[in-house]
Amino acid sequence: MNILDYTAVELSDRIKKGEIKVAEAVEAVFARIDEQEETLNCYITLEKEKALARAGEVQKQIDEGTLTGPLAGVPFAIKDNLCTEGIRTTCASKILSNFVPAYSAEAVANLERAGAVIIGKTNMDEFAMGSTTETSYFGDTRNPKDTEHVPGGSSGGSAAAVAAGECFAALGSDTGGSIRQPASHCGVVGMKPTYGTVSRYGLVAYASSLDQIGPLTKDVTDCAAVLEAIASHDAKDSTSMMREDTDFTLALVKDVKGMRIGIPKDYFTEGLDSEVKEAVLAAAKVLEAQGAVLEEFDLSLVEYAIPAYYTIAMAEASSNLERFDGVKYGYRTEDAKDLHAMYKKSRSEGFGAEVKRRIMLGSFVLSSGYYDAYYLKALKAKALIKKAFDHAFAKYDLILGPVAPTTAPKLGESLSDPLKMYLSDIYTIAVNLAGLPAISVPCGEDKKGLPIGLQLIGDCFAEKKLIQAAYTYEQCKEGN
Amino acid sequence: MAREYETVIGLEVHVELATKTKIFCGCTTAFGGAPNTHTCPVCTGMPGSLPVLNKQVVEYAMAVGLATNCNITRHCKFDRKNYFYPDNPQNYQISQLYLPICRDGYVEIETEEGSKRVGIHEIHMEEDAGKLIHDEDTNCSLVDYNRSGVPLIEIVSEPDMRSAEEVIAYLEKLRLIIQYLGASDCKLQEGSMRADVNLSVREVGAKEYGTRTEMKNLNSFRAIARAIAGERSRQIALLEAGEAVIQETRRWDDAKETSYAMRSKEDAQDYRYFPDPDLTPVYISDAWIEEVKGRQPELRTEKMKRYKEEFDIPDYDIEIITGSKHMADIFEACVAICNQPKKVSNWLMVETLRLLKEKEMDPEDIRFSPENLAKLIGLTEQKVINSTVAKEVFEVMFDSDVDPEKYVEEKGLRTVNDEGALRKTIEEVIAANPQSVEDYKNGKDKAIGFLVGQTMKAMKGKADPASVNALLKELLNS
Repeated sequence: MNILDYTAVELSDRIKKGEIKVAEAVEAVFARIDEQEETLNCYITLEKEKALARAGEVQKQIDEGTLTGPLAGVPFAIKDNLCTEGIRTTCASKILSNFVPAYSAEAVANLERAGAVIIGKTNMDEFAMGSTTETSYFGDTRNPKDTEHVPGGSSGGSAAAVAAGECFAALGSDTGGSIRQPASHCGVVGMKPTYGTVSRYGLVAYASSLDQIGPLTKDVTDCAAVLEAIASHDAKDSTSMMREDTDFTLALVKDVKGMRIGIPKDYFTEGLDSEVKEAVLAAAKVLEAQGAVLEEFDLSLVEYAIPAYYTIAMAEASSNLERFDGVKYGYRTEDAKDLHAMYKKSRSEGFGAEVKRRIMLGSFVLSSGYYDAYYLKALKAKALIKKAFDHAFAKYDLILGPVAPTTAPKLGESLSDPLKMYLSDIYTIAVNLAGLPAISVPCGEDKKGLPIGLQLIGDCFAEKKLIQAAYTYEQCKEGN
Repeated sequence: MAREYETVIGLEVHVELATKTKIFCGCTTAFGGAPNTHTCPVCTGMPGSLPVLNKQVVEYAMAVGLATNCNITRHCKFDRKNYFYPDNPQNYQISQLYLPICRDGYVEIETEEGSKRVGIHEIHMEEDAGKLIHDEDTNCSLVDYNRSGVPLIEIVSEPDMRSAEEVIAYLEKLRLIIQYLGASDCKLQEGSMRADVNLSVREVGAKEYGTRTEMKNLNSFRAIARAIAGERSRQIALLEAGEAVIQETRRWDDAKETSYAMRSKEDAQDYRYFPDPDLTPVYISDAWIEEVKGRQPELRTEKMKRYKEEFDIPDYDIEIITGSKHMADIFEACVAICNQPKKVSNWLMVETLRLLKEKEMDPEDIRFSPENLAKLIGLTEQKVINSTVAKEVFEVMFDSDVDPEKYVEEKGLRTVNDEGALRKTIEEVIAANPQSVEDYKNGKDKAIGFLVGQTMKAMKGKADPASVNALLKELLNS
């Protein structure tokens, strides 16, 4: 069996048993990268030497018995909006193309404490703004299942790297579906935890109130192990939660008997591709066969979710991205006669079109005279959406639906029509607005062989239920 | 008949809080570090960094609000004020717009017409910016983020003041309250207290306010008084000439005693305020308010009342001593040691005030310790030194806080109590000054003063003047 066919947890087991060396796993990953990276472009920055040096250290700790966790020795990829000490962190933008952080994000530090070996930084939509990984300054990433198609986004590099065996697991960030949607498009597992579960310290902010870091993995077991490693209360993040139930791997139990699963009718209306619909409903049947109780219901909030989401996300982004000004770090224009020109040119030359569009829209909705009409109204819609979910979770343990309306679109299809691209986030963004956890699990392919994802949504802090249901599905689905 | 105008003034006062660390990170607020050494990813706006609120800032703001009769906002929030400037590393300042921590307070000030209330519209918390330095030699601008993130409160008054005197009385009042609370040292010159003056004029009796201007860069009470007089005249001159006052921000140049426009309302920036999503709302419980109230130290009014009851010193002395928290602290500590309130008060009122004035210092700058002042008082009480020597020792103590006991020993300043030596010196002075002796005997009492002086001089000041006087008379009359 090829090393690359192991899941992260399986690999770590074999490393701990002495069957595989950490360096061998790293070399295997880089061999795969050498074969495919020219086509796929999953990574912005690769750090082979650092990874091999780190592999040596990790191997030593494993041999000494000081490193025993389920991820010890596993080669990881990190989305390029997570700060990594001494490793360039670009957010796939020209404006940060030369930025090397002096510190690591808390989630990355947690992962390293668990014995992970970072092999590189993955491609993404610029500043996580996009659903296709095409807005990157460093070129697009291709879907490993079909290179004519996008991998989804914004964590497209991470999803593609996991799917292609260019790493064993990866971290992404999810502001409106940026982990779940590329996971769905690439046929891997992706999870967005409850807001506040993973520290945002060191995550370059897109929309602070919606951003969460999460895992992209080969299966649900890896997902639980990675989430368990990165979740922590962090005094450096005011929105970080104190949780005592982060032993997520305990939820890897094949049992959904009596679990009440709500299926929102408004997630299955027009706009949803029929093949996707069939696959998702078939997955629901698998859970039903295992004893879950399915029921259709009206969530009835979908129409407000998209405008509320984009208003809030763009408003926060317009402010979060102000610090990129050419003064302190990052790209600065070559020719500027005065301060104003330096700001204007550095930012005009440093940001791509989609980022500029969102900064302008965000600035508009916050501007004096429009704040009440747009931003405040969006906050009210957000509160209503949370209420609708609260109502649903009074009846159901989980909500089940598709991740995206279609399978991965072809390259270039989405960017030509940004409004259409925004609308494709319809099933994922409400989760971020309400701060909920949700997981994307592969549930088949369409006729073209492109993967389809099943989305399970839980109430706040219900990650264990999600993991249990997703694990049960994974164990029982066709082919297993 | 010339029209009469009334001045209407409101103040925005920024006060730097005396916390050890910054408002949103653990960096020190200490002055004087090399540029960019008191910094971290948070206060330099590095990508991915996040603010975490310093609890002490909230408690200081609450304490100031409670001492100025404000309502405390139980659920307050921080907002981002967005504007681009290099001294502001995130290009937004974290401040409070929608739900400031304190609202609707007032302070009482004393005016010629008696006591008057000045309303406080709100007090909010915010972060300070860094410092830009323009280097002429290299034609470069440099930025130092050591001050970036130092906590401030902004106290916004109602437009309740009508003269420079009222403005200064209000500022003095605020300064004393805040100093007494220990929330800030409130030094205008060093910028730990900064006041912007909003001023308009209107005809006496008019109901509507006139158009106001905002004056910045006021670094002393004197500058504030001059700026108010200057701006009042400028606005009246405009109105008299039939022109309109433009709503704008003006910068005061105290050297030239004139102001110039910085920016007008038309090019006012849109700060696009919105709640900072990186910070959670601050919930202030009744229990927390009570806790802060319970820790509230004695404020000036209470202290003045207590001094009147406890110490037999003049009201004027009480006024001056309690006019500075630092001076009052020295007074109380010193009295606690030597139990001589009158003597302590005298040293503060006479010699201390004289030296402060001479050296252009504030009472806050007093460096001598209450222990050493008590020792000095002890030395004079026990007639170890005379009052002239005591003043000399005090001057040294004022500058470098020397131990007066050690200093008197080292310099050999003890009063000579050896009567034989004194008698011998006086005999010599009498022999050397026959004319003065003659004058004294002829009834010119003034002559004795000269002879005392000569004796003190011969004794190098180390004699007790009363003993010299008595012995001289005895010898002259014998």
